[in-house]
Amino acid sequence: MHEVQVRYFAALKEQRGCSEETVAIRPGETAQQLYERLFPAINGQRLTVMFAINQHYAQPETQVCTGDEVAFIPPLGGG
Amino acid sequence: MLEITESPIDRAKVDAAVDHPGAGAIVTFLGVTRNNFDGRPVTGLSYEAYPEMATSEMAKIVAEVQQRWPGAQVAVVHRIGELVVGEVSVVISTSAPHRDEAYQASRFAIDALKARVPIWKKEHYADGAADWKANQT
Repeated sequence: MHEVQVRYFAALKEQRGCSEETVAIRPGETAQQLYERLFPAINGQRLTVMFAINQHYAQPETQVCTGDEVAFIPPLGGG
Repeated sequence: MLEITESPIDRAKVDAAVDHPGAGAIVTFLGVTRNNFDGRPVTGLSYEAYPEMATSEMAKIVAEVQQRWPGAQVAVVHRIGELVVGEVSVVISTSAPHRDEAYQASRFAIDALKARVPIWKKEHYADGAADWKANQT
């Protein structure tokens, strides 16, 4: 099985109801595509996020690979 | 010193982490929980982090500071969990040979933290509502 570990934070954690899960990926799936699959738009809207793969920021079009840790990073609020 | 902690932050320890004989100035930035958002009363904040990545992003910021302001040192401690109004959410201590670099590096470090370090803040209002709040970019 081709799977990644996905971590959720803040509003996405509340929406998903868990902080992480193992998700099967599709061939060639990008971080953005994975996000859109896991978080379908509500009323045509979806939170704009950044992406992290293996704890480094990544471009939305980066393909996710088996074993990756993928995180969707909602708008930051630190400080 | 780079930390994400659930405990109140000891400011003196963060300053001490950057104090050394070559330092001519230490600037301490404190982020403090404010009692309102645009006039709407706030009772407290919850902070959440992606801890492993938050620490590694902080380390990148420190490395950038040291490259841009040679001789500068930075320590960052960010609190997570539940904070009440008036509590300190983040301490950034910056030392440098001279005050000008210390001020500049301190400002750079907090701005970079707000833009890049994966930490989130939920505001709790006196009327019982709560919202995840994004930093200005």
